[in-house]
Amino acid sequence: MTIKANIKQTPKPEAGFLGTLRDTAKGLWSLVVGLGVTGKYFTDKQVTVHYPRQTVKPVSLTGYRGHIELVGKPKNPGTARCILCMKCMRICPSGCISIKANVEKPPKPPQTEEPKEGQAPLTKRPEPAPKKGKKSLAKFELDYSLCSLCSLCVTHCPVHSLRHSEHVYWAEMDKKNLKLDLLARLKRSVEEKS
Amino acid sequence: MMNFAAIPEPALRLVLCIVALAVFIGLNGLLLVYMERKIAGHIQRRPGPFEVGPHGVLTPVADALKLVGKQLVAPEGADKWLFWTAPILSFMPIFVLFLPIEFGPNLFGVETNLGLLLILAFAGFNVLALCLAGWGSNNKWGLLGAARAVSQSVAYEIPLLLTVLAVAFMTGTLDLGEITAMQGAWPWQWNVVTQPLAFVIFFTCAVAETNRAPFDVPEAESELTAGFHTEYSGMGFGLFFLAEYAEMIVVCSVATILFLGGWKGPFISGPWWFLVKMYALLTIMMWFRWTYPRVRFDQVLNICWKWFIPLALANLLLTAVLVKVF
Repeated sequence: MTIKANIKQTPKPEAGFLGTLRDTAKGLWSLVVGLGVTGKYFTDKQVTVHYPRQTVKPVSLTGYRGHIELVGKPKNPGTARCILCMKCMRICPSGCISIKANVEKPPKPPQTEEPKEGQAPLTKRPEPAPKKGKKSLAKFELDYSLCSLCSLCVTHCPVHSLRHSEHVYWAEMDKKNLKLDLLARLKRSVEEKS
Repeated sequence: MMNFAAIPEPALRLVLCIVALAVFIGLNGLLLVYMERKIAGHIQRRPGPFEVGPHGVLTPVADALKLVGKQLVAPEGADKWLFWTAPILSFMPIFVLFLPIEFGPNLFGVETNLGLLLILAFAGFNVLALCLAGWGSNNKWGLLGAARAVSQSVAYEIPLLLTVLAVAFMTGTLDLGEITAMQGAWPWQWNVVTQPLAFVIFFTCAVAETNRAPFDVPEAESELTAGFHTEYSGMGFGLFFLAEYAEMIVVCSVATILFLGGWKGPFISGPWWFLVKMYALLTIMMWFRWTYPRVRFDQVLNICWKWFIPLALANLLLTAVLVKVF
Protein backbone atom coordinates (compact mmCIF):
# COMPACT_ATOMS: atom_id res chain seq x y z
CA MET A 1 0.00 0.00 0.00
CA THR A 2 1.35 3.36 -0.89
CA ILE A 3 0.58 6.35 1.20
CA LYS A 4 0.01 9.43 -0.82
CA ALA A 5 1.86 12.25 0.76
CA ASN A 6 -0.04 15.39 0.05
CA ILE A 7 2.66 17.77 1.12
CA LYS A 8 3.11 20.97 -0.77
CA GLN A 9 6.80 21.27 -1.43
CA THR A 10 8.36 24.66 -1.45
CA PRO A 11 9.16 25.28 -5.09
CA LYS A 12 12.81 25.04 -5.94
CA PRO A 13 14.35 28.25 -7.20
CA GLU A 14 14.36 28.36 -10.95
CA ALA A 15 17.64 27.95 -12.71
CA GLY A 16 19.37 30.52 -14.82
CA PHE A 17 19.36 34.27 -14.85
CA LEU A 18 15.85 34.53 -16.30
CA GLY A 19 14.60 32.10 -13.68
CA THR A 20 16.03 34.25 -10.92
CA LEU A 21 14.35 37.28 -12.41
CA ARG A 22 11.04 35.44 -12.63
CA ASP A 23 11.38 34.29 -9.03
CA THR A 24 12.11 37.81 -7.92
CA ALA A 25 9.13 39.18 -9.81
CA LYS A 26 6.92 36.54 -8.20
CA GLY A 27 8.33 37.42 -4.79
CA LEU A 28 7.70 41.11 -5.32
CA TRP A 29 4.15 40.41 -6.44
CA SER A 30 3.61 38.29 -3.32
CA LEU A 31 4.57 41.35 -1.26
CA VAL A 32 1.82 43.35 -2.95
CA VAL A 33 -0.65 40.51 -2.39
CA GLY A 34 0.33 40.49 1.29
CA LEU A 35 -0.36 44.19 1.58
CA GLY A 36 -3.73 43.57 -0.06
CA VAL A 37 -4.60 40.93 2.53
CA THR A 38 -3.75 43.12 5.51
CA GLY A 39 -5.38 46.10 3.82
CA LYS A 40 -8.58 44.12 3.50
CA TYR A 41 -8.41 43.09 7.15
CA PHE A 42 -7.86 46.71 8.10
CA THR A 43 -11.17 47.71 6.58
CA ASP A 44 -13.01 44.55 7.63
CA LYS A 45 -15.31 44.40 10.61
CA GLN A 46 -13.56 43.75 13.89
CA VAL A 47 -14.01 40.34 15.43
CA THR A 48 -13.32 41.12 19.07
CA VAL A 49 -15.80 42.15 21.74
CA HIS A 50 -15.36 45.23 23.95
CA TYR A 51 -15.82 43.21 27.08
CA PRO A 52 -17.31 45.29 29.85
CA ARG A 53 -19.67 47.04 27.43
CA GLN A 54 -20.48 44.04 25.25
CA THR A 55 -20.62 40.37 26.02
CA VAL A 56 -20.38 37.30 23.87
CA LYS A 57 -23.73 35.98 22.71
CA PRO A 58 -24.58 32.45 23.91
CA VAL A 59 -24.69 31.34 20.27
CA SER A 60 -20.97 32.02 19.96
CA LEU A 61 -20.29 29.87 23.00
CA THR A 62 -20.64 26.51 21.24
CA GLY A 63 -17.61 24.55 22.20
CA TYR A 64 -16.97 26.64 25.27
CA ARG A 65 -16.22 24.40 28.23
CA GLY A 66 -17.25 26.07 31.44
CA HIS A 67 -17.54 24.31 34.77
CA ILE A 68 -19.69 21.17 34.78
CA GLU A 69 -23.40 21.29 35.51
CA LEU A 70 -26.10 18.72 36.06
CA VAL A 71 -28.62 17.87 33.38
CA GLY A 72 -32.22 17.43 34.42
CA LYS A 73 -34.54 14.62 33.42
CA PRO A 74 -36.45 15.41 30.27
CA LYS A 75 -39.84 15.13 31.95
CA ASN A 76 -38.76 16.47 35.31
CA PRO A 77 -36.07 19.03 34.70
CA GLY A 78 -35.75 19.89 38.38
CA THR A 79 -34.20 16.51 39.24
CA ALA A 80 -30.93 15.36 37.82
CA ARG A 81 -30.58 12.34 35.59
CA CYS A 82 -27.88 11.13 37.91
CA ILE A 83 -28.13 7.49 38.97
CA LEU A 84 -25.48 7.83 41.63
CA CYS A 85 -23.04 5.42 40.05
CA MET A 86 -20.24 7.59 41.40
CA LYS A 87 -18.18 7.11 38.27
CA CYS A 88 -17.55 10.82 37.93
CA MET A 89 -16.37 11.09 41.49
CA ARG A 90 -13.97 8.20 41.10
CA ILE A 91 -12.57 9.18 37.75
CA CYS A 92 -11.99 12.83 38.61
CA PRO A 93 -8.21 13.30 38.73
CA SER A 94 -8.50 16.38 40.88
CA GLY A 95 -11.06 14.97 43.29
CA CYS A 96 -13.23 18.01 42.98
CA ILE A 97 -16.61 16.28 42.88
CA SER A 98 -18.36 15.21 46.09
CA ILE A 99 -21.67 13.43 46.02
CA LYS A 100 -24.01 12.56 48.82
CA ALA A 101 -27.00 10.27 48.46
CA ASN A 102 -30.23 10.02 50.36
CA VAL A 103 -31.01 6.38 51.02
CA GLU A 104 -34.58 5.47 51.83
CA LYS A 105 -34.81 2.71 54.38
CA PRO A 106 -35.41 -0.62 52.68
CA PRO A 107 -38.86 -2.09 53.30
CA LYS A 108 -38.74 -4.74 55.99
CA PRO A 109 -38.80 -8.27 54.66
CA PRO A 110 -42.06 -10.10 55.51
CA GLN A 111 -41.85 -12.19 58.65
CA THR A 112 -41.53 -15.88 57.90
CA GLU A 113 -43.35 -18.29 60.13
CA GLU A 114 -41.29 -20.37 62.47
CA PRO A 115 -41.17 -23.99 61.44
CA LYS A 116 -43.43 -26.12 63.59
CA GLU A 117 -41.85 -28.45 66.08
CA GLY A 118 -41.36 -32.05 65.08
CA GLN A 119 -41.62 -31.24 61.45
CA ALA A 120 -38.58 -31.46 59.44
CA PRO A 121 -37.56 -28.05 58.40
CA LEU A 122 -38.52 -27.43 54.84
CA THR A 123 -35.68 -26.85 52.57
CA LYS A 124 -36.75 -23.49 51.37
CA ARG A 125 -34.98 -21.35 48.97
CA PRO A 126 -33.27 -18.66 50.93
CA GLU A 127 -35.02 -15.38 50.94
CA PRO A 128 -33.69 -12.95 48.39
CA ALA A 129 -31.52 -10.37 49.96
CA PRO A 130 -33.52 -7.36 50.96
CA LYS A 131 -33.67 -4.82 48.19
CA LYS A 132 -31.42 -1.91 48.63
CA GLY A 133 -33.18 1.27 49.58
CA LYS A 134 -33.95 3.71 46.82
CA LYS A 135 -31.19 6.26 46.49
CA SER A 136 -31.62 9.82 45.46
CA LEU A 137 -29.18 12.62 44.96
CA ALA A 138 -28.85 14.74 48.05
CA LYS A 139 -25.83 16.82 47.25
CA PHE A 140 -23.60 17.29 44.23
CA GLU A 141 -20.79 19.62 45.01
CA LEU A 142 -18.05 20.84 42.72
CA ASP A 143 -14.91 22.46 44.03
CA TYR A 144 -14.10 24.54 40.97
CA SER A 145 -10.83 25.75 42.44
CA LEU A 146 -9.48 22.21 41.94
CA CYS A 147 -11.15 21.35 38.63
CA SER A 148 -8.89 21.19 35.63
CA LEU A 149 -11.78 20.99 33.13
CA CYS A 150 -10.46 17.71 31.77
CA SER A 151 -14.01 16.63 30.85
CA LEU A 152 -13.47 13.04 32.03
CA CYS A 153 -16.59 13.11 34.21
CA VAL A 154 -18.70 14.36 31.33
CA THR A 155 -17.50 11.67 28.93
CA HIS A 156 -17.88 8.87 31.49
CA CYS A 157 -21.33 9.67 32.80
CA PRO A 158 -23.45 6.72 31.60
CA VAL A 159 -26.70 8.70 31.60
CA HIS A 160 -25.38 12.01 30.29
CA SER A 161 -26.20 13.74 33.48
CA LEU A 162 -23.21 16.05 33.27
CA ARG A 163 -22.24 18.67 30.74
CA HIS A 164 -20.14 21.80 30.52
CA SER A 165 -22.02 24.96 31.32
CA GLU A 166 -21.84 28.20 29.38
CA HIS A 167 -21.14 30.17 32.51
CA VAL A 168 -18.50 32.54 31.12
CA TYR A 169 -18.22 35.78 33.03
CA TRP A 170 -17.35 34.46 36.42
CA ALA A 171 -14.73 35.80 38.77
CA GLU A 172 -14.46 35.51 42.52
CA MET A 173 -12.43 37.26 45.16
CA ASP A 174 -12.68 34.39 47.62
CA LYS A 175 -11.69 30.79 47.05
CA LYS A 176 -14.65 29.63 49.13
CA ASN A 177 -17.07 30.97 46.57
CA LEU A 178 -15.68 28.59 44.00
CA LYS A 179 -17.50 25.69 45.67
CA LEU A 180 -20.67 25.13 43.73
CA ASP A 181 -23.76 23.22 44.78
CA LEU A 182 -24.76 21.90 41.38
CA LEU A 183 -28.05 20.43 42.52
CA ALA A 184 -29.19 23.76 43.86
CA ARG A 185 -27.95 25.37 40.67
CA LEU A 186 -30.05 23.00 38.56
CA LYS A 187 -33.16 23.72 40.60
CA ARG A 188 -32.49 27.44 40.42
CA SER A 189 -32.07 27.36 36.66
CA VAL A 190 -35.38 25.50 36.28
CA GLU A 191 -37.12 28.04 38.49
CA GLU A 192 -35.66 30.88 36.47
CA LYS A 193 -36.90 29.34 33.26
CA SER A 194 -40.45 28.79 34.48
CA MET B 1 2.34 80.98 9.31
CA MET B 2 5.59 81.34 11.17
CA ASN B 3 8.44 82.56 9.12
CA PHE B 4 11.67 81.52 10.76
CA ALA B 5 13.78 83.08 8.04
CA ALA B 6 12.37 86.49 8.94
CA ILE B 7 13.93 86.43 12.41
CA PRO B 8 17.08 88.53 12.06
CA GLU B 9 19.18 87.08 14.85
CA PRO B 10 20.52 83.64 13.75
CA ALA B 11 21.11 82.39 17.30
CA LEU B 12 17.62 83.34 18.41
CA ARG B 13 16.20 81.74 15.30
CA LEU B 14 18.04 78.51 16.05
CA VAL B 15 16.85 78.38 19.66
CA LEU B 16 13.25 79.07 18.65
CA CYS B 17 13.53 76.51 15.93
CA ILE B 18 14.86 73.82 18.25
CA VAL B 19 12.09 74.48 20.79
CA ALA B 20 9.52 74.24 18.01
CA LEU B 21 11.14 71.03 16.78
CA ALA B 22 11.14 69.52 20.28
CA VAL B 23 7.39 70.15 20.46
CA PHE B 24 6.93 68.82 16.94
CA ILE B 25 8.92 65.65 17.67
CA GLY B 26 7.18 65.06 20.99
CA LEU B 27 3.67 65.51 19.62
CA ASN B 28 4.39 63.46 16.53
CA GLY B 29 5.91 60.74 18.71
CA LEU B 30 2.67 60.50 20.68
CA LEU B 31 0.60 60.60 17.52
CA LEU B 32 2.70 57.94 15.79
CA VAL B 33 2.56 55.59 18.78
CA TYR B 34 -1.20 55.92 18.78
CA MET B 35 -1.38 55.50 15.02
CA GLU B 36 0.84 52.45 15.04
CA ARG B 37 -1.16 50.71 17.74
CA LYS B 38 -4.44 51.54 16.05
CA ILE B 39 -3.20 50.31 12.67
CA ALA B 40 -1.82 47.14 14.27
CA GLY B 41 -5.14 46.60 15.98
CA HIS B 42 -7.28 47.12 12.93
CA ILE B 43 -5.08 44.93 10.74
CA GLN B 44 -5.48 42.20 13.34
CA ARG B 45 -9.22 42.96 13.40
CA ARG B 46 -9.31 44.25 16.97
CA PRO B 47 -9.87 47.83 18.15
CA GLY B 48 -6.38 48.59 19.50
CA PRO B 49 -6.12 50.95 22.48
CA PHE B 50 -9.62 51.96 23.47
CA GLU B 51 -9.94 52.57 27.19
CA VAL B 52 -7.99 55.73 28.06
CA GLY B 53 -9.81 58.70 26.64
CA PRO B 54 -12.26 58.53 23.76
CA HIS B 55 -11.11 55.75 21.43
CA GLY B 56 -7.94 55.52 23.50
CA VAL B 57 -6.42 58.79 22.32
CA LEU B 58 -4.82 59.41 25.69
CA THR B 59 -3.09 56.00 25.82
CA PRO B 60 0.25 57.30 24.47
CA VAL B 61 0.18 60.09 27.07
CA ALA B 62 -0.31 57.51 29.80
CA ASP B 63 2.49 55.43 28.26
CA ALA B 64 4.81 58.41 28.21
CA LEU B 65 4.04 59.30 31.83
CA LYS B 66 4.69 55.71 32.83
CA LEU B 67 8.04 55.70 31.01
CA VAL B 68 9.06 58.99 32.62
CA GLY B 69 8.10 57.72 36.06
CA LYS B 70 10.05 54.49 35.91
CA GLN B 71 13.31 53.89 37.69
CA LEU B 72 16.46 53.89 35.62
CA VAL B 73 18.42 50.72 36.20
CA ALA B 74 21.83 49.90 34.80
CA PRO B 75 22.79 46.23 34.82
CA GLU B 76 25.68 45.00 36.92
CA GLY B 77 28.95 44.99 35.04
CA ALA B 78 27.67 47.47 32.47
CA ASP B 79 29.89 50.27 31.30
CA LYS B 80 27.85 53.01 32.99
CA TRP B 81 29.35 55.82 30.98
CA LEU B 82 28.66 54.26 27.59
CA PHE B 83 25.38 52.79 28.77
CA TRP B 84 23.88 56.19 29.60
CA THR B 85 25.57 58.04 26.75
CA ALA B 86 23.95 55.80 24.16
CA PRO B 87 20.28 56.86 24.46
CA ILE B 88 21.25 60.52 24.62
CA LEU B 89 23.53 60.10 21.62
CA SER B 90 20.69 58.40 19.82
CA PHE B 91 18.28 61.24 20.47
CA MET B 92 20.38 64.41 20.28
CA PRO B 93 21.27 64.35 16.55
CA ILE B 94 17.57 64.17 15.73
CA PHE B 95 17.32 67.95 16.09
CA VAL B 96 20.09 68.46 13.57
CA LEU B 97 18.32 66.12 11.16
CA PHE B 98 15.21 68.28 11.26
CA LEU B 99 16.99 71.61 10.82
CA PRO B 100 17.42 71.69 7.01
CA ILE B 101 14.05 70.11 6.22
CA GLU B 102 11.75 72.56 4.50
CA PHE B 103 8.26 71.88 5.82
CA GLY B 104 6.68 74.70 3.89
CA PRO B 105 7.62 77.83 2.00
CA ASN B 106 10.34 79.41 4.17
CA LEU B 107 9.53 77.05 7.02
CA PHE B 108 12.88 75.56 7.88
CA GLY B 109 15.49 75.83 10.61
CA VAL B 110 18.71 76.44 8.77
CA GLU B 111 19.19 77.45 5.20
CA THR B 112 22.11 75.50 3.85
CA ASN B 113 23.04 74.33 0.42
CA LEU B 114 24.25 71.03 1.88
CA GLY B 115 21.05 70.09 3.71
CA LEU B 116 20.92 66.58 2.33
CA LEU B 117 24.51 65.94 3.29
CA LEU B 118 23.85 67.25 6.80
CA ILE B 119 20.97 64.82 7.25
CA LEU B 120 22.86 61.83 5.87
CA ALA B 121 25.94 62.60 7.98
CA PHE B 122 24.11 63.03 11.25
CA ALA B 123 21.82 60.07 10.63
CA GLY B 124 24.96 57.94 10.97
CA PHE B 125 25.15 58.85 14.65
CA ASN B 126 22.30 56.54 15.42
CA VAL B 127 24.39 53.51 14.45
CA LEU B 128 27.05 54.59 16.89
CA ALA B 129 24.44 54.98 19.61
CA LEU B 130 23.06 51.50 19.00
CA CYS B 131 26.58 50.10 18.97
CA LEU B 132 27.43 51.76 22.30
CA ALA B 133 24.12 50.66 23.81
CA GLY B 134 24.70 47.05 22.86
CA TRP B 135 28.32 47.08 23.95
CA GLY B 136 27.78 48.95 27.19
CA SER B 137 24.90 46.79 28.48
CA ASN B 138 27.06 43.77 29.27
CA ASN B 139 24.40 41.59 27.72
CA LYS B 140 24.87 39.08 24.94
CA TRP B 141 21.56 39.92 23.27
CA GLY B 142 22.45 43.58 23.39
CA LEU B 143 25.81 42.87 21.84
CA LEU B 144 24.35 40.70 19.07
CA GLY B 145 21.73 43.34 18.38
CA ALA B 146 24.40 46.01 18.15
CA ALA B 147 26.48 43.90 15.78
CA ARG B 148 23.46 43.38 13.57
CA ALA B 149 22.54 47.06 13.71
CA VAL B 150 26.01 48.08 12.58
CA SER B 151 26.29 45.64 9.68
CA GLN B 152 22.76 46.39 8.52
CA SER B 153 23.10 50.15 8.71
CA VAL B 154 26.45 50.16 6.98
CA ALA B 155 25.08 47.97 4.20
CA TYR B 156 21.87 49.89 3.64
CA GLU B 157 23.46 53.32 3.72
CA ILE B 158 25.15 52.57 0.40
CA PRO B 159 22.06 52.08 -1.79
CA LEU B 160 20.36 54.88 0.13
CA LEU B 161 23.16 57.26 -0.75
CA LEU B 162 23.25 56.04 -4.34
CA THR B 163 19.56 56.78 -4.84
CA VAL B 164 19.89 60.18 -3.20
CA LEU B 165 22.81 60.80 -5.51
CA ALA B 166 20.66 59.99 -8.54
CA VAL B 167 18.21 62.71 -7.50
CA ALA B 168 21.09 65.07 -6.78
CA PHE B 169 22.45 64.43 -10.30
CA MET B 170 19.10 65.34 -11.81
CA THR B 171 18.56 68.47 -9.77
CA GLY B 172 22.22 69.42 -9.49
CA THR B 173 21.90 70.46 -5.86
CA LEU B 174 21.94 69.12 -2.30
CA ASP B 175 19.76 71.95 -1.04
CA LEU B 176 16.40 70.53 0.02
CA GLY B 177 14.67 73.84 -0.65
CA GLU B 178 15.93 73.93 -4.20
CA ILE B 179 15.03 70.30 -4.83
CA THR B 180 11.46 71.15 -3.79
CA ALA B 181 11.50 74.26 -5.96
CA MET B 182 12.45 72.23 -9.01
CA GLN B 183 9.38 70.03 -8.72
CA GLY B 184 5.87 71.06 -9.64
CA ALA B 185 2.63 70.92 -7.77
CA TRP B 186 1.02 68.03 -9.66
CA PRO B 187 2.06 64.40 -9.15
CA TRP B 188 3.39 64.04 -12.72
CA GLN B 189 5.81 66.86 -12.03
CA TRP B 190 7.40 65.08 -9.09
CA ASN B 191 10.73 63.29 -9.13
CA VAL B 192 9.06 59.97 -8.43
CA VAL B 193 7.92 59.90 -12.07
CA THR B 194 11.45 60.19 -13.42
CA GLN B 195 13.07 58.13 -10.67
CA PRO B 196 10.58 55.39 -9.70
CA LEU B 197 13.25 52.76 -9.03
CA ALA B 198 15.23 55.18 -6.91
CA PHE B 199 12.10 55.93 -4.89
CA VAL B 200 11.39 52.25 -4.21
CA ILE B 201 14.99 51.56 -3.24
CA PHE B 202 15.18 54.71 -1.12
CA PHE B 203 12.02 53.90 0.76
CA THR B 204 12.99 50.26 1.39
CA CYS B 205 16.44 51.31 2.57
CA ALA B 206 14.83 53.94 4.78
CA VAL B 207 12.74 51.22 6.40
CA ALA B 208 15.92 49.20 6.95
CA GLU B 209 17.89 52.21 8.22
CA THR B 210 15.29 53.00 10.84
CA ASN B 211 15.34 49.34 11.95
CA ARG B 212 11.66 48.94 11.24
CA ALA B 213 9.98 45.64 10.46
CA PRO B 214 10.52 43.63 8.30
CA PHE B 215 14.14 44.71 8.73
CA ASP B 216 14.07 44.98 12.53
CA VAL B 217 16.69 42.28 13.08
CA PRO B 218 18.69 44.38 15.61
CA GLU B 219 15.76 44.19 18.00
CA ALA B 220 14.20 40.91 16.90
CA GLU B 221 12.08 39.98 19.91
CA SER B 222 11.93 36.29 19.22
CA GLU B 223 15.69 35.93 18.97
CA LEU B 224 17.23 38.76 20.95
CA THR B 225 14.47 39.69 23.45
CA ALA B 226 14.84 43.35 22.51
CA GLY B 227 18.30 43.52 20.97
CA PHE B 228 20.36 46.57 21.80
CA HIS B 229 17.80 48.08 24.20
CA THR B 230 17.21 44.89 26.19
CA GLU B 231 18.65 46.37 29.39
CA TYR B 232 17.13 49.83 29.17
CA SER B 233 14.28 50.86 31.41
CA GLY B 234 12.23 54.00 31.74
CA MET B 235 13.36 56.95 29.68
CA GLY B 236 16.54 55.16 28.58
CA PHE B 237 14.26 53.01 26.47
CA GLY B 238 11.96 55.98 25.92
CA LEU B 239 14.69 57.99 24.20
CA PHE B 240 15.54 55.13 21.83
CA PHE B 241 11.86 54.76 21.12
CA LEU B 242 11.36 58.46 20.46
CA ALA B 243 14.50 58.55 18.33
CA GLU B 244 13.17 55.69 16.22
CA TYR B 245 9.91 57.50 15.56
CA ALA B 246 11.69 60.79 14.94
CA GLU B 247 13.94 59.08 12.42
CA MET B 248 10.92 57.64 10.70
CA ILE B 249 9.60 61.17 10.37
CA VAL B 250 12.97 62.34 9.03
CA VAL B 251 13.29 59.64 6.36
CA CYS B 252 9.68 60.12 5.29
CA SER B 253 10.22 63.87 5.12
CA VAL B 254 13.34 63.42 3.02
CA ALA B 255 11.47 61.01 0.75
CA THR B 256 8.68 63.56 0.46
CA ILE B 257 11.10 66.31 -0.52
CA LEU B 258 13.25 64.24 -2.87
CA PHE B 259 10.53 62.34 -4.69
CA LEU B 260 7.08 63.68 -3.89
CA GLY B 261 7.43 67.41 -4.39
CA GLY B 262 7.81 68.47 -0.76
CA TRP B 263 5.24 71.04 0.36
CA LYS B 264 3.99 71.59 -3.16
CA GLY B 265 0.67 70.07 -4.01
CA PRO B 266 -2.37 70.50 -6.17
CA PHE B 267 -4.53 73.63 -5.62
CA ILE B 268 -3.06 75.08 -2.43
CA SER B 269 0.61 74.41 -1.79
CA GLY B 270 1.72 74.59 1.79
CA PRO B 271 2.95 72.68 4.83
CA TRP B 272 -0.31 70.70 4.95
CA TRP B 273 0.63 68.96 1.71
CA PHE B 274 3.99 68.13 3.25
CA LEU B 275 2.30 66.61 6.30
CA VAL B 276 -0.18 64.68 4.17
CA LYS B 277 2.58 63.10 2.07
CA MET B 278 4.78 62.44 5.10
CA TYR B 279 1.97 60.76 6.98
CA ALA B 280 1.00 58.72 3.94
CA LEU B 281 4.55 57.35 3.82
CA LEU B 282 4.53 56.72 7.58
CA THR B 283 1.28 54.82 7.24
CA ILE B 284 2.80 52.67 4.52
CA MET B 285 5.76 51.97 6.81
CA MET B 286 3.39 50.82 9.54
CA TRP B 287 1.39 48.84 7.03
CA PHE B 288 4.66 47.07 6.08
CA ARG B 289 5.39 46.32 9.71
CA TRP B 290 2.10 44.58 10.35
CA THR B 291 2.14 42.71 7.05
CA TYR B 292 5.60 41.27 6.53
CA PRO B 293 7.37 38.74 8.72
CA ARG B 294 10.87 39.61 9.86
CA VAL B 295 13.52 38.91 7.24
CA ARG B 296 16.29 36.52 8.22
CA PHE B 297 19.57 38.29 8.79
CA ASP B 298 21.47 36.77 5.86
CA GLN B 299 18.49 37.63 3.66
CA VAL B 300 18.64 41.23 4.87
CA LEU B 301 22.21 41.54 3.72
CA ASN B 302 21.60 39.53 0.54
CA ILE B 303 18.79 41.83 -0.53
CA CYS B 304 21.05 44.80 0.00
CA TRP B 305 24.27 43.57 -1.58
CA LYS B 306 22.84 41.46 -4.38
CA TRP B 307 19.87 43.58 -5.43
CA PHE B 308 19.75 47.10 -4.08
CA ILE B 309 23.35 48.12 -4.59
CA PRO B 310 23.64 46.85 -8.21
CA LEU B 311 20.21 48.26 -9.07
CA ALA B 312 20.97 51.59 -7.45
CA LEU B 313 24.32 51.71 -9.27
CA ALA B 314 22.66 50.93 -12.61
CA ASN B 315 20.04 53.56 -11.91
CA LEU B 316 22.71 56.09 -11.05
CA LEU B 317 24.66 55.28 -14.22
CA LEU B 318 21.57 55.63 -16.37
CA THR B 319 20.68 58.92 -14.69
CA ALA B 320 24.19 60.25 -15.20
CA VAL B 321 24.14 59.31 -18.89
CA LEU B 322 20.70 60.82 -19.45
CA VAL B 323 21.62 64.00 -17.57
CA LYS B 324 24.75 64.31 -19.72
CA VAL B 325 22.91 63.61 -22.99
CA PHE B 326 19.89 65.88 -22.50
